[in-house]
Formats: sequence, C-alpha cells, structure tokens
Amino acid sequence: MKKIGKIVTPVILLAFVLTTAVGSNRKADKGKMPLKVPGNWVNEVWIPNSDSVNAVLRGKVVYKAYCLSCHQFDGGGVENLNPPLIKTSFVLGDKARFIQIILKGFDKRVEIDGEDYSNNMPPLNFLTDQQIADVLTYVRNDFGNKATMVKAAEVKAVRAKLAQ
Amino acid sequence: MKSLFQERGFQGRSAGLSLSALAMTVALTLTFSVMASAAPCGVTRQTSHLSATHSTGQFGGHALADTTGLKLPAHFSAIVVADLKAKARHLVVTNKGLIYVKLAKPKAGKGILVLAAQPDGSARVVGGFGNYGGTGIYLKNGYLYASSNNAVYRYQLDAAGKVLQPDQPQTIVTGLVMGRQHETKSIVLDNDGHIYVNIGSPLNSCQTEDRKPGSMGIPGCPLLDSAGGIWQFKADQLNQSYGQGVRYATGLRNVVGLDWNQTNNTLFVMQHGRDQLHDLFPQYYDEKTSSLIPAECMYMLHKGDNAGFPYIYYDQFKKAQMLAPEYGGDGKKEVTGKYIDPIVAFPGHMAPNGLLFYKGTQFPQKYRNGAFIAFHGSWNRTPEKQGGYLVAFVPFKNGKPDGPWEVFADNFAGTDDILSPRQAKYRPCGLAEGPDGSLYVTDDVKGRIYKISYHN
Repeated sequence: MKKIGKIVTPVILLAFVLTTAVGSNRKADKGKMPLKVPGNWVNEVWIPNSDSVNAVLRGKVVYKAYCLSCHQFDGGGVENLNPPLIKTSFVLGDKARFIQIILKGFDKRVEIDGEDYSNNMPPLNFLTDQQIADVLTYVRNDFGNKATMVKAAEVKAVRAKLAQ
Repeated sequence: MKSLFQERGFQGRSAGLSLSALAMTVALTLTFSVMASAAPCGVTRQTSHLSATHSTGQFGGHALADTTGLKLPAHFSAIVVADLKAKARHLVVTNKGLIYVKLAKPKAGKGILVLAAQPDGSARVVGGFGNYGGTGIYLKNGYLYASSNNAVYRYQLDAAGKVLQPDQPQTIVTGLVMGRQHETKSIVLDNDGHIYVNIGSPLNSCQTEDRKPGSMGIPGCPLLDSAGGIWQFKADQLNQSYGQGVRYATGLRNVVGLDWNQTNNTLFVMQHGRDQLHDLFPQYYDEKTSSLIPAECMYMLHKGDNAGFPYIYYDQFKKAQMLAPEYGGDGKKEVTGKYIDPIVAFPGHMAPNGLLFYKGTQFPQKYRNGAFIAFHGSWNRTPEKQGGYLVAFVPFKNGKPDGPWEVFADNFAGTDDILSPRQAKYRPCGLAEGPDGSLYVTDDVKGRIYKISYHN
C-alpha cells in the first residue's frame, strides 16, 4: 500500500496543481486578474500560499499588457531597439534604478554586451506600486533571472523621491 | 483564436521561475508544465525543393552550391557571397563587380567594406574605410555616396570603380536630425544632380509621450519640420544642411528602402508603418488587428507630396487612410482627399529595408523593371507570430505595378515559427544588382551577403 501511495500521491498532486495553478495561468493569459496559487493541504503536503509566487504570477499579467510587445515573450528584446531583460545589471542590480526606469521611462542609448539599444521606453507611472513591484519581481525571476522580490513599499519610496 | 504565444512561448517561459522556497510539488508542476508546453524554437526547417547542385556557368571556375536554404522560384538559386560578421545594411556593386557594403556599426574602424569577386562566385573582403556607421550607400556618376546617421559623404572612384581617397570623403550633407529610433539615412540619386535623403521620425507617432499608452499626438507635429520625410540636396555641393535642402516629400514616418525608378524617372520609397496600435489604444484595436495593420506602404513621390504621417495610417483591408488614434481616430474614421495613397500596400510591420528596381536582363521578362523589396521582418506583432523575413517582388509596367506582390525569396529566418526576431537566423536588409543581373541581398544579423541568380 505504501508503495502505491508513493506513486499515486504525486499523480494526484500534479492533477491538483495543474487544475489550479496552470488552469489559472491560462486565465491570466487572457488578461484576467488576479492569479492565485492557493494555500492548501493536499495529501499531507502543504502547497504554500507564497507571496513571491503570487507576485510573479500577477507580474506576468502586467508584463503581458505593458512590456511584452517590446521586450518580447522571452525577455530577449529586439536587436538595436529594445534592450533584453536577461541577466543584465539593469534587471538584477540596484532595485531602485530598475523601479525608476518604470516610473520615468528610459530615453538613453544603452549598450548591453556590445550591442546598442535605442528605442524610447515610455514612463509607466500610471501603474500602481503593487503592479510595478509585481512586474519587476516577475522579470527578476523569469527569463533565466533569479533575484529578490521587489516590494510595493520600495516602489512607493522611489516614487516619493522622484516627486520631490 | 488562441495565439501561438499562449500555446507555447509564454506558458513555457513561466516554467523558468526559480523560487527556491517553493515546495517540491510546485517545482514538479512547473517542470511538468515545461514538458507539456515546450516546443522547438529556432529549428531550421529543411528545404528540399532546391537542388544544391546548380551549375551557374557564367562565373567561371567551380560555382558554389546553393547551401543558403532560401526558398526561391523555379530556376533560381542562391549562394553565400560572404559572411562578414558585421551589421551589413545597404550595398552597391560596381560594373566591375566590386562590392561596397555599408555597416550599421564600423568593424575594426571600417564602416564600409570592400569585397572583390572570387572565381567561385563568392567575394573576399579586400579593404575598408569610413569610420562611421550608417545604412545608405549609392553609386552615381563616378562617385560612391555613403551616409552616417546624420550626414552624407561621397568618394570619387577611378575607372576600375575603386575609391581614390578613402580617408578624405567630401561632406555633402551634414547636421541632420538623428533620433534614437529611425536614425538611419537612406540615400538615392536622380539623373539631374540631386540626392534624396530619408530623415526618419524620431517618434513612433508623434505622441506627447512617445509610446505611452493613451498619450495623444502633439498638435501640428513640429518634428515634421526637420524629419519624417525625404529631403532633396544637390549631389555635388559640399556642406549642405537643412538651409540648402528642400523637403521633397513629408508625412513619411521612416523610409529605409528607396530607389529611383528609371522607367518613369520618379522616386519610390517604402515606409515603415507605425507600431503598437493595440498597446497604445487597446480600446480601439485588438491584438490580432494590431498585428496586421497598418500596411507597409510603397509610395511614388513627387515634389511636395504628403503621405500623412503621423495623422493617418493606411489600412490595407479597408483600403483606406485612417485617422490615427493619437489625432482623434478610433479605428473607423477615414480621411480622404488630403494625402497621397500608397502604390502598393503590404502586410503590417514587415519592415521594408531595401527597394530595388531590377534593370538587368538575366532574370526572365516578368522581372524587368519590377520592384524587389527586402523585408527585415517584424518585431511588434506579439503575441501573434512574427513575419516578413523575406524578399518580395512587384511586377511593374511603365512605372506602375502590373500585378499583385509576391514572395520572391523566403526562409532567411530559417524557420516560419518566429515569435521574436532574435529567433531569425538572417534578416534581409539591402538589395543591389550585379553587373551580370544577379540580385544581391544583405543580412544585418550576421553580415551574410547572398547572390541570387537565374538559370535556364
């Protein structure tokens, strides 16, 4: 019985998470908010109601609406025009600088790995602190990136500083 | 309709989340989601209909086999002339077969590379000069003209077509507006001593805040005073700028491909249409529509023409000039009687970077005096598939289109499944005709130079 349980449990888990996380993923791609990976006990295994997972999933929705067409589905950007978001210092480095790019836009020629990128990025200051925190957390944790979360409070602080 | 983006790209990428605190079960799920949704990207599809053993016969020596993977009409084949490992933009070929290639970015300090033909049909870099990047290059009346992104220079040629003083160019035009986008200056000359220079709009659609969702157009779009059009200068007068030039045609967002039609002695240009209708005005345009319009337009230009940018764009399905949303449009309001119509309207966002009227006799009758257009390929059709990494052809008769456009050379990208332009192996950019009537095509990803020839 124990052996069967070992096999069956992961199958049930997979089925469960597929119908929740992945199911709601599809909804997100149709632009519906928000995504949730609910916290729950399943066969004595806790699936965490993780802040970071939620932030990333919510951030993905923001990314699709406001970032995707320039920075592309894989975060690779467009040669000569739109900078890549893959493991660059802009993405993985100073969070305040990254937040500021969202709030103020970016209109400087930038060289990344020997390539120049020069398209204008508009200020996306109409997004809420939470949306900006989410999308930056998402970008910092997809496309091969791995970095700490960006919190809404951090966005709020940068926004307040820029308003001075 | 479910987009490709939804089917694979986006969901597949989501599996890249690497949050160490996740429970193993979630990790398992994500792994599973990769397995379920991963699809091959950037896989080169085999193209088998082309024989790789065409013997060209006309180049002497052993002609190279066609290893390009290009899809071409029957009896055409292509060879790789050179792989420059540089951003090859426009090019010209002299009547002796010498090739000058303009690079977007200088390679080892050389912005123009010189290639000499080899017996097998390929070519070898034999020199370089000009320490500036740029796109435009043109041959006329014993001079080689080349542009940086804010100036135009020329170099005198000797009888063999070699540049006499490569380090001492004459500055023909200087001080042109160079935005952060559409900064390239494509050039062409007429038969009456004029040079035509594109000065692209530094903004996508003259919004108060460029590319910001909902931002409206600047009234009167003042940038049209110094950009967003074609300027005419004298071909042999030094140090000209706006004061000495004429705004020949306006209302053109950005022109990269242009050529002088010798049949009717008229300038033809290919405009890059505006981007991001859906991103900027989602209330009027869904993603699918936005991926298809506006048209990439070919215009025949006369002095004083206005093609309507940024106030209108051309919808190839409605066959109408539409009021731009930045200026009060809603995807339905048409504008009539104010601006010229395109001569040919191509699908949206394909990025026409090269235009060439074919004057040779090597290709069959159908191609004589017709227009080849090199499409660089789209980037802003997301989440739909990208397209347009090809060379198109439009038959012409008496200086006017004589039939619908068709794909001439395809598969530069190496795959039909392009979600992002980075997945394209090669992207067509410049076009030129060789002395034997072969068609040369540049690629600005890796600097590949192709030569396409016809064989009975």
